[in-house]
Amino acid sequence: MKTFPIGGVHPSDNKKWSCQKPIEALELPDIVNIPLAQHIGAPATAVVAKGDKVLTGQLIAEATGFMSANIHSPISGTVSAVDMQLNAQGLRQMMITIKREGDEWMPEIDRSAEVVRECTLEPAEIIAKIKAAGIVGMGGATFPTHVKLSVPDGCKAEYLIINGVECEPYLTSDHRTMLERGEELLVGVEILKRALKVEKAVVGVENNKPDVIASLRKKAAEGGFDVVIEPLKVQYPQGGEKQLIAAITGREVPPPPGLPIHVGAVVCNASTTVAVYEAVQKNKPLIERVVTITGKEIKEPRNLLTRMGTPISKLVEKAGGLPEGDVKVVNGGPMMGRAMVCLDSPVTKGCSGVSVYSGSEAHRVEPSACIKCAKCVAACPMSLEPYLISKLAKKQMWERLEEEHITDCIECGCCQFTCPAGIALLDYVRMGKQTVMGIIRARAAANAPKK
Amino acid sequence: MTVLLSTILTLSLLGILSAVILYFVAQKFKVEEDPRIDEVEKMLPGANCGGCGFAGCRGMADALVANDDISALYCPVGGAEAMKGIASYLGKVAPEKEPAVATVRCGGVCAKRPRTNEYNGTKSCAMAAAFYVGETACAYGCLGYGDCVEACAFDAIKVNPETGIAEVDAEKCTACGACVKACPKRIIELRKKWPKNRAVYVSCVSKDKGAVTMKACKAGCIGCGKCAKVCAFDAIKIEVGVAYIDSQKCKLCRKCVNECPTGAIVLKGMDPLPKEPKTPAAKPAAPAEKPATPAAKPADAVAKPAEAAKNESVNEQK
Amino acid sequence: MANKFIVATAPHMHSPESTQSLMRHVLIALVPAFAVSAVVYGLDAFRVTAIAVASCVAVEFLIQKFLFGGKQTVSNLSAVVTGVLLAFNLPADIAWWIVVIGAVVAIGVAKMTFGGLGRNPFNPALVGRVFLLIAYPVQMTSFPKPVHPDYIDAFAGATPLAALKSKAIAAGDANLLDMLSGMMPGSMGEIAAAALLAGGIYMIWRKVITWHIPVAVLGSMAAFAFFVALLQGGVSALLYELPAFHLLAGGAMLGAIFMATDYVTSPMTPKGMIIYGIGIGVITMIIRLWGAYPEGMSFAILLMNAVAPLINKYVKPRRFGMMTKK
Repeated sequence: MKTFPIGGVHPSDNKKWSCQKPIEALELPDIVNIPLAQHIGAPATAVVAKGDKVLTGQLIAEATGFMSANIHSPISGTVSAVDMQLNAQGLRQMMITIKREGDEWMPEIDRSAEVVRECTLEPAEIIAKIKAAGIVGMGGATFPTHVKLSVPDGCKAEYLIINGVECEPYLTSDHRTMLERGEELLVGVEILKRALKVEKAVVGVENNKPDVIASLRKKAAEGGFDVVIEPLKVQYPQGGEKQLIAAITGREVPPPPGLPIHVGAVVCNASTTVAVYEAVQKNKPLIERVVTITGKEIKEPRNLLTRMGTPISKLVEKAGGLPEGDVKVVNGGPMMGRAMVCLDSPVTKGCSGVSVYSGSEAHRVEPSACIKCAKCVAACPMSLEPYLISKLAKKQMWERLEEEHITDCIECGCCQFTCPAGIALLDYVRMGKQTVMGIIRARAAANAPKK
Repeated sequence: MTVLLSTILTLSLLGILSAVILYFVAQKFKVEEDPRIDEVEKMLPGANCGGCGFAGCRGMADALVANDDISALYCPVGGAEAMKGIASYLGKVAPEKEPAVATVRCGGVCAKRPRTNEYNGTKSCAMAAAFYVGETACAYGCLGYGDCVEACAFDAIKVNPETGIAEVDAEKCTACGACVKACPKRIIELRKKWPKNRAVYVSCVSKDKGAVTMKACKAGCIGCGKCAKVCAFDAIKIEVGVAYIDSQKCKLCRKCVNECPTGAIVLKGMDPLPKEPKTPAAKPAAPAEKPATPAAKPADAVAKPAEAAKNESVNEQK
Repeated sequence: MANKFIVATAPHMHSPESTQSLMRHVLIALVPAFAVSAVVYGLDAFRVTAIAVASCVAVEFLIQKFLFGGKQTVSNLSAVVTGVLLAFNLPADIAWWIVVIGAVVAIGVAKMTFGGLGRNPFNPALVGRVFLLIAYPVQMTSFPKPVHPDYIDAFAGATPLAALKSKAIAAGDANLLDMLSGMMPGSMGEIAAAALLAGGIYMIWRKVITWHIPVAVLGSMAAFAFFVALLQGGVSALLYELPAFHLLAGGAMLGAIFMATDYVTSPMTPKGMIIYGIGIGVITMIIRLWGAYPEGMSFAILLMNAVAPLINKYVKPRRFGMMTKK
């Protein structure tokens, strides 16, 4: 069975709490806050103002430039503010606040459940529709999908890889989506193949989801879809773009600024592919997504179809509330998610789950001295030396860090996870990486020819 | 006997040979250096703190000897005295700089700024600041993990475990500026050092709107502008919701201290003015309303958000 | 508010492994070898091991308490491991005070002087052993005869390596099965190659160590011995007898599996580990064949310990995405 070549760890996936729970729609929130920066790149520009009436699916913020994404209203109602609001990290961020009045959709959106397979659009038209729908990578990276699909000159896409790995422990939103909306997913794959003009499409699924593999294979055979469903050996971080490409094609994406397209691959998340299907065939913009709410002490873990902008507290409530005492509420899974301080903060396009940790799980282990066991080196999927780069970052030796390839780090957290001494390796590596990237950018700016 | 003799001979020969080789090598690789650099280095404090902008005192000494105009070079640790000594030794003009002291501009002690969460990551201000708002709701306040303490080579700054805020020991502080660079929130500032460590400064850098600041911290500057209005020396500016006192223009008249509704303006080394301002102020239009007491009553202040306060001040100016 | 929100950066999950659990696995892996030495040497095995462990732990505890201050580190079991390994490197009938001196040197000098666990450049147990070897050469090289009734004295009271060195026996004379099961004189823990191998397999299975260092050490020793046998004009039997003898005799197994793989003093990258292992194997064989001492494992490991930082500096893994072939 295929997997990526270097490093990796095996955290207990803890998906059992929520993977059997079918997707259910969460009640519509009375008020939503929609951040203008929900994607990598420039924040969108608001096109509505306080007092405006909006319909569900109406454009409320427009992409600012190419590397940006549209944002649509997830509910119908009145815009009550376009102002700074607290985000999950307690920092202020520009958001559009909408008060709900009913749920009236834009008329052009096809809300029927019927699967439309026919697609005769040209690649450029498909990409335009995806761009209009404001679709971004829903696995967490939130890279605008239309940018990914626009293959630069001189490159050719050979593989379309659908990321159904969901290697992040706890989360099951992709799992349920692939299981319950398999046919839409497969149509989405066909549309993406058409947009990219590729022959080969592979859906990578880790073999801890045998139900998904079986159901997708069955649906692909019945519907005559030309797509390979590839089971992968369970290993974190297989869902990392570079790791997934290496696992499936055996090709390694070169270090930054190398991109997947340089080895002929385009990777698209499974939920994103379903969203692409909806955007192209049903004219439905990205206004809702499946969010897993789970945790050891959560009474009713669920997979909830949630409108964007819904406060996280609503989901927590639906799942039976937070456990008592010390809790850590994380936007995302345990390996790469971000801890939240403010539960009023909204669900965004990249929020695939909310995982809750309580008691001793909420705390880090007490760090002790490095025993140079080399487990971090063995675990690093980018074959870096975390023990070394974290030490260099602590000592602020930026040039050495650059020589040690710190910018290759994908911040997967394997090193810190595996460290028996409980050292916060990634904290230092992350900071070192940010500083070194800043230095590299500054140097590039200084060396750029002045006009 | 011959064994002994030959041993002594061989060893002596070897010794002489090595000495000759070493002598020539030393001559060949001799580095010519201005002897004055050594002298100047001795006159510098030798703390190697980097406050001058060089990696160490040697680098500074190099530059002092090499440059004819040394007005841009200044050792904050040795201060004017050391610079004068060096200048007279080198026959150059010493730069003039008045003494300064690092000042931590945050008054959000634990009692006034409630903790909303517990940070469990690496105890580093830079890391916490890059990740999130901090343990309180104030995104501008002191995080208290002590990056400044790490940076200080003179043991002059400490995080008070009771308040959770860094405090400067003015006696030990040499104004080298290392803590200013280390603070990711840019809270620390080098301010003019008055005799007896007297100081008046706004102990808050929160750019949030008054109401938001108020909610996060009862000691925050809400940008109401009352202080700027009473200042006779044009030393106070309100910029993006926060007052700033220019330490070059401030004459320590202390009027602003009594005006501040939240107690964000800190007075050190002096007694405050009497609470009922009797002396005629520089501006004849004395505030119509009862002046707020320096011991700010939080309840009053909450009831009076920044917007209202601003409107009042505008009305009064008319 | 009923909840206290805990905030930290990712990852929010940690593997159940800790320094303590790793050390516990090492101790478990040492159990078979200890059992064999207990059978072969009787109660002496318990006596020496107990003294070594107790004094190592005591020295670390006292230094931590009175010189370092701060958190007590004894509970991470690393001192226990050092104690057991030191005991394994001593003859079973050694005087108790020599063991204590060894422990003081191992923990006090070789480990705590450098700042404690993780900072020592040399393997503490080996430093202790080599110190004793130089300070008390007679006591350290006179081994008791095994007390086991099945024991047949094939090596004239010496260890197999010493016997080979003094040309008392030839490599082909040794009964490999006896050597495998520990029926030979030697240091307490080094005699039972089979038991040590079992411990090594356990550690690799529990992912305490990787295969790189033991395989590199033993492989290079075997290869070296093979070529020496070839050059000596060895006939077919010697070609496998000499390598087998060297792998089973002396401290080869104990060194390759438990001493060379010490985390702190070995390189960090797989490539580095192989270079380090080959270095140990080759130096060991050179000392064994042409050196003054019959056994060279300890010296070889200490020499390569000194080189480990250099290996870390110059041997880098192939970074992801830096493909050599397209």
